[in-house]
Amino acid sequence: MSPSTIAGLTAAILVGLGLYALIVNADPLKKLLAFNLLGSGVFLVFGIIARRGAVGAFPFDPIPQAMVITGIVVAFAASALAVALMLSLAKESGRITLDPEGETRPDNGAENA
Amino acid sequence: MTLFEALDFALAAIVLGLAARTISARRVFGAVVAYVAYGLLLAIIWVRLYAPDVALTEAAIGSGVTGVLLISASTRLGPLAAPDAPPGAALKAGAAALSALVAGILATAVLYLPDPAPSLAPEADAHLAETGLGNAVTAVLIAYRSFDTMLEKVVLVLAVAGVWSVAPDRFWGGAPAPLGPAAPDTALVFLARILAPIGAVIGVQMFWVGADEPGGAFQGGAILAAMWMIVMMARLTEPPRISSGWLRLALIAGPGVFLLAGLAGPVMAGSFFAFPPGFAKPVILFIEAFMVLSIAVSLPLLVAGPPNREAGR
Amino acid sequence: MSVVLDLFTVLAVGLGVFFFLAGTVALLRFPDSLSRLHGLTKADNLGLGLVVLGLIPRASSPLAALKLIVLWALVQLGSATVAQMIGSALRRREEIE
Repeated sequence: MSPSTIAGLTAAILVGLGLYALIVNADPLKKLLAFNLLGSGVFLVFGIIARRGAVGAFPFDPIPQAMVITGIVVAFAASALAVALMLSLAKESGRITLDPEGETRPDNGAENA
Repeated sequence: MTLFEALDFALAAIVLGLAARTISARRVFGAVVAYVAYGLLLAIIWVRLYAPDVALTEAAIGSGVTGVLLISASTRLGPLAAPDAPPGAALKAGAAALSALVAGILATAVLYLPDPAPSLAPEADAHLAETGLGNAVTAVLIAYRSFDTMLEKVVLVLAVAGVWSVAPDRFWGGAPAPLGPAAPDTALVFLARILAPIGAVIGVQMFWVGADEPGGAFQGGAILAAMWMIVMMARLTEPPRISSGWLRLALIAGPGVFLLAGLAGPVMAGSFFAFPPGFAKPVILFIEAFMVLSIAVSLPLLVAGPPNREAGR
Repeated sequence: MSVVLDLFTVLAVGLGVFFFLAGTVALLRFPDSLSRLHGLTKADNLGLGLVVLGLIPRASSPLAALKLIVLWALVQLGSATVAQMIGSALRRREEIE
């Protein structure tokens, strides 16, 4: 099995794990971690396509790799925005939960240390 | 089974194990630690796939800076995590079925990829000499698909604006909370004093060398960002007020210079985002230098978060 | 000569890997956090030093060998700091309890 195939199957399993955790975990921070796992699995699929694009003297195809670099930076920016939204949610309601039925109390118990 | 095959299998097993640990850890802090280790091992897999630039970016940004962000988030938000009702068995079964389906489809797609694989490597290499660069990935980022990279810088600025806008109105213009404790460990202060200059040199070198070898603006910028973050964590300097002029200028310098270079394209070389022939490499390095500045400024701001004090204090 | 260098590389890297393994055993088997920290940092630093020493003959140029040594120095710096910080955090936690 070539490294590309092994990495590709790993990527498929990572996407599955990330998707499962994204749906099942209720804690928003854990959802964010699962989203990052899912994203890195997808980037790995790009990576194996880049590696399989090796032709002649070129060991890889640079275009998918450039897209992955862009993707990693954008995924980090999205994670930072998600964390800021969670901070705002915590400030507004005193707890972080995505459950709309969950108790909300407008207190300031969320002042960060 | 050859040695390298065994290495690939071992790497895959460890990475999958760490991913499983990430999603199953009880406490968020444990999950974040597992995720950082996962990112570092993923970087080794990237090296096995002949993608050193991506490996550097994954280690620096994907695992490093994201790890700092998530750890600071887990310390701020961890105590507030509501003990929601655990997911029902039906939801778990449904999610497991969906995930297995998606993973199966992806695995089938991976196993049945066309052979010989289509590739743009020859075209990318054919024009590499005109750009004056030796690193094909840098050429793709700054020369062939420069519009995409400029828009990505704009995304970073938008993310910073989004993070800032989460603060209540009365805090607008103030500074974010300090990144470190009030009395930082003297070992951390020592590390910040010694590492920051070294890291700054390494970051600039990584950006400069990225023209011909693995490296580039994102990787170098991430290292510079990390150095600023560690100096802030050691309380040797504080996060700046978000209304400060130099901060905003540094943030938009990257996409701004990039856009100006693109708009100057029709004047200098004939079309939008074209570089003048023979003069391409200096223009590219000029653009990249401002990109490094913007990245080094925006990543720590994204980690520092929204302002939480009034502008006067 | 190259056979001797290859043998040196194999021995040094193998010894380094053994020390890494020893550090992991310390992490898993020692009774409390402070002793685990001690075992892990000492063994890992020595292990990395031996691995770097073993890789120096295979470096493509003297500059690359120098970069390997700088790498080792930086990891030493980082891990020493982190060990200090974890140690003082553990000490603080002991004092609270």
